[in-house]
Amino acid sequence: MKKVYAREDVCIGCRLCEIACIVEHSISKDIIRAFKQEEKRPARNVVEECGPVSFSVHCRHCDEPPCVQVCISGAMVKDPKTGRVRNISEKCVGCWSCVMACPYGVIKRDTDQGKVIKCDLCPDRDLPACVSACPNEALLYEEK
Amino acid sequence: MLHQPITKNYHDFIIERDPEKCIQCQVCVRQCSYGAHIYNEKDERVTEDETRCVGCHRCEALCPTGALTIRRNPSEFRENALWAPQFIKNIYKQADTGGILLTGMGNPYPYPVYWDRMVLDASQVTNPSIDPLREPMELRTWLGSKPDAIEVEMKKGKPKLTTNFSPQLQVNYPILFSAMSYGSINLNVHVGLARAAEELGILYNTGEGGLHQSLYKYGKNTIVQCASGRFGVDSKYLNAGVAIEIKIGQGAKPGIGGHLPGEKIGKEISITRMIPEGSDAISPAPHHDIYSIEDLRQLIYALKEATDYEKPVFVKIAAVHNSAAIASGIARAGADVIAIDGFRGGTGAAPTMIRDNVGIPIELALASVDERLRQEGIRNRVSLLAAGGIRCSADVVKAIALGADAVYIGTAALIAVGCTVCQRCYTGKCPWGIATNDPYLAKRINPDIAHRRLANLVRAWGHEIQEMLGGMGLNAIESLRGNREKLRGVGLNEVELNILGIKHAGA
Amino acid sequence: MEYVIIGNGVAAIGAVEGIRQIDLQNPITIIAAEPYATYGRPLIANLLRGKIHEADLAYRPEAFYHDNKVTLLLGRTATKIDVAAHQVLLEDGDKVPYDKLLIATGGKPFIPPIQGKDGPDVYTFTTLDDARKLDALVGKIKQIVVIGGGLIGLKAAESLHDRGLKVTVVELADRILSTAFDQTAGNIIGNRLAEVGIEVITEKSVKEIVRENDRVIGIILNDGQNRSCEAVVIAIGVIPDKDSVEGTGIETNRGIVVNDYLETSVADIYAAGDVAEALDLLSGERRVVPIWPNAYTQGQYAGRNMAGARATYTGGLPMNSIEFYGIPTMSMGMANPADAGYEVITKLIPENNVYRKLVLKDGILVGAMLIGEVERAGILTGLIRNRVKVSDFKEELMKDTLSFSSLPREIRTEWLSSA
Repeated sequence: MKKVYAREDVCIGCRLCEIACIVEHSISKDIIRAFKQEEKRPARNVVEECGPVSFSVHCRHCDEPPCVQVCISGAMVKDPKTGRVRNISEKCVGCWSCVMACPYGVIKRDTDQGKVIKCDLCPDRDLPACVSACPNEALLYEEK
Repeated sequence: MLHQPITKNYHDFIIERDPEKCIQCQVCVRQCSYGAHIYNEKDERVTEDETRCVGCHRCEALCPTGALTIRRNPSEFRENALWAPQFIKNIYKQADTGGILLTGMGNPYPYPVYWDRMVLDASQVTNPSIDPLREPMELRTWLGSKPDAIEVEMKKGKPKLTTNFSPQLQVNYPILFSAMSYGSINLNVHVGLARAAEELGILYNTGEGGLHQSLYKYGKNTIVQCASGRFGVDSKYLNAGVAIEIKIGQGAKPGIGGHLPGEKIGKEISITRMIPEGSDAISPAPHHDIYSIEDLRQLIYALKEATDYEKPVFVKIAAVHNSAAIASGIARAGADVIAIDGFRGGTGAAPTMIRDNVGIPIELALASVDERLRQEGIRNRVSLLAAGGIRCSADVVKAIALGADAVYIGTAALIAVGCTVCQRCYTGKCPWGIATNDPYLAKRINPDIAHRRLANLVRAWGHEIQEMLGGMGLNAIESLRGNREKLRGVGLNEVELNILGIKHAGA
Repeated sequence: MEYVIIGNGVAAIGAVEGIRQIDLQNPITIIAAEPYATYGRPLIANLLRGKIHEADLAYRPEAFYHDNKVTLLLGRTATKIDVAAHQVLLEDGDKVPYDKLLIATGGKPFIPPIQGKDGPDVYTFTTLDDARKLDALVGKIKQIVVIGGGLIGLKAAESLHDRGLKVTVVELADRILSTAFDQTAGNIIGNRLAEVGIEVITEKSVKEIVRENDRVIGIILNDGQNRSCEAVVIAIGVIPDKDSVEGTGIETNRGIVVNDYLETSVADIYAAGDVAEALDLLSGERRVVPIWPNAYTQGQYAGRNMAGARATYTGGLPMNSIEFYGIPTMSMGMANPADAGYEVITKLIPENNVYRKLVLKDGILVGAMLIGEVERAGILTGLIRNRVKVSDFKEELMKDTLSFSSLPREIRTEWLSSA
């Protein structure tokens, strides 16, 4: 399946991917409204920076996802057809088991809502928002 | 407001931030390598220090909401035709520091741009124009010394060329990427240039920073440079490319050497330049073994010896008052190609006074060199490359009509990969990731994107050149070379027309 | 081919999904004593607490069983396995033939021999029915004692406290959460519980549940202290529910012993989940580790192998994540090493309820405990699982800004480009 891969050598640490993610998962999908009027939710990727090194970490939608294995409520599911791992927010009870299990550290706690949020590969788009927002082609959406 | 030095008060740019649009995302803060955007943690607001803005427009380009506009600071001094603001500001700066003024890129001052005073011809009625989409249109160019005459023998009823040619370089476009050293620009840009040159079938030039190990594989598209510092030069290097260029001078700073400060000599650059890490890389003003044409000839032939006479040797000079005579000497010294770099040529760092006041326009230098070599009957012995301020395909066409075989583009290539000509290359903090080796900034050049954009640019110019040639009824770039009949001057005086060797429009 | 699964917990779900990865055709029958489709068992605490409704408990969508061609025999107890005849005998006399059988009966609450334990008003807390019974007490009684300060006991205490009961927790060990956490962690959580008004008594046991007219009126501790209460929840722990294998010759120890393919000692019979004694990743031994993810994963591997694959179960890693009144709490691997042969690094910020502990063995991360700061904790879990030598960058792992960028490039490149 296609996944988002980051190229560390050309990631410029601008974090536009995070901004695009927040906008895509906002109610209005309008950047200014999303940031100024709506409750701000964290981005679903993690941009890491350490000195000159920067790169974005994205859900790998694992074949045997530890987050699905540990989920106590059945909120975390891997779609057998698309291969995408999705968190059904209504079912999530915020036990943070998936946060503990994900070896990529890309499941985030949304403490305001008491639920986790994670990458859904933007089901409404052909190209995930983060990938289209990257100004330096440091994010690739491809089959590997 | 508390007192602050006048240099701060008269800053060059204003950062306009539209509060309706700014979402405090701090992309500008992360992108500005000069610290002009500041995030105030306490107020959770982005603010700015306009005195630091260099007008590179990186923030504007990456702001996701279009909240930023960078403008000229309108704070104006009282009108004074003599004391233009830059003179006043420069004096303030020097009174502060006691140092020489440094700058980057090419001479920005409003000297006449002769490209803009020359127009091209087109066919009408009496001779047909050619449609390059329907008919062959040759841009291929061979660089190298051509014999005075060719000898042909008839063998078994067929003619056979018996003249031994000097080595020739075939390029698919009359456009080469000019010398920019690894050090002045980073490896990512070099990779982009090398790959684009390979894809296009043209050449790029290492500059005097040596050749990074990872770039040896692009040798068929590489000109290796040998300059006064001799950085990175050994026999492997000399044999790595298809040609060797001896750099005598540079249009942006004729008569001046170069200086890459020790702090910029990191591990990779140190290996590539073959100098210790952290040591200053000083290129002397002259080559200390060249004080005459005879000395130059020695070096040319030393390099030819070192490379089995397989590689053409280029000699690059800055366009100066006596270019024509100097070029004649260089041709006679055995060079295969002479590159002339006009005073608009770019640089990674030059003293402002030199860049803005030394050297002559490439158009005039080129015309006079071509004319002189023709008069002396040695024009065939060398190819001519025009460099320094080639901005578009029409400039290329005009340069070739004035006598160039091909052109070098440097600034145009950098603009293609993002440069906004802010002229702060010498700081090493290029926010576009070009003129910097800071690993955090250098990543901003993705070699894949640089490659694609450079290739696009040259291909686009190629199409336009074909259109212009076709319009003039020509079907090969060869037919345009030195064809000054295709040019006319507009608003030029007699002297200028004479030097350029063209008629005035209407004549 | 007939697949039969005894039990309908998460291991059974794992097994169905495992079987269906390989075999989309042959029927599966699930026999379970509990009359409910699989529910998120730990969620009974959320239910009792009033955070969710019964409708939210379903672990898989309603169509799951139909879509996976599963026949449910719910509310039916399997009493015996006839190995020779390849049949499961039910309490009501019915016989269910199998070709491949999975025992996933899970655990049952352990009830110690406390005086007064038998009779009304004494509860356990592992099933939906348990939660319903406790829920029915709300509003009717005022005080309740929870025996056992482990995860289940504390979750019960938290839920009941939030529903307005005065709750006392009695724990035999010197701290609460003694299995997966240490003294420091136990104190942080204990203090937090005390802060909200839950009484926590440690190093004491309940000697007697005092009754009057058969109804519970209080407890007496081993030191003579007493507490009045109207009900008691016994939440000391669970033990494997292996009744169904009696007389089959299947090798059992504490649980049902299984090999790397989740096979029991008898052909065509598998076991998974809290009833199984399966491989433990870190120790390399076979142990009963009754935690949710192990149950699911073992079920999945068993299912695949039942369907003909030869999938090697690489072993489970103990881990727990739970939150008490805003303090997220996690423990992974050997977070509480038994002897001195381990390097232990800790960080404690008491005022923020932050505690971080790493356990290394020969430079390799084998355990971690995180209280308060848990962001990206899974990176540590991954380092433990992959047995990465971390001695050169262990300080980085102590930071709350745990990230790949601070790890050596080779490690992160390999890690991030995998999967």
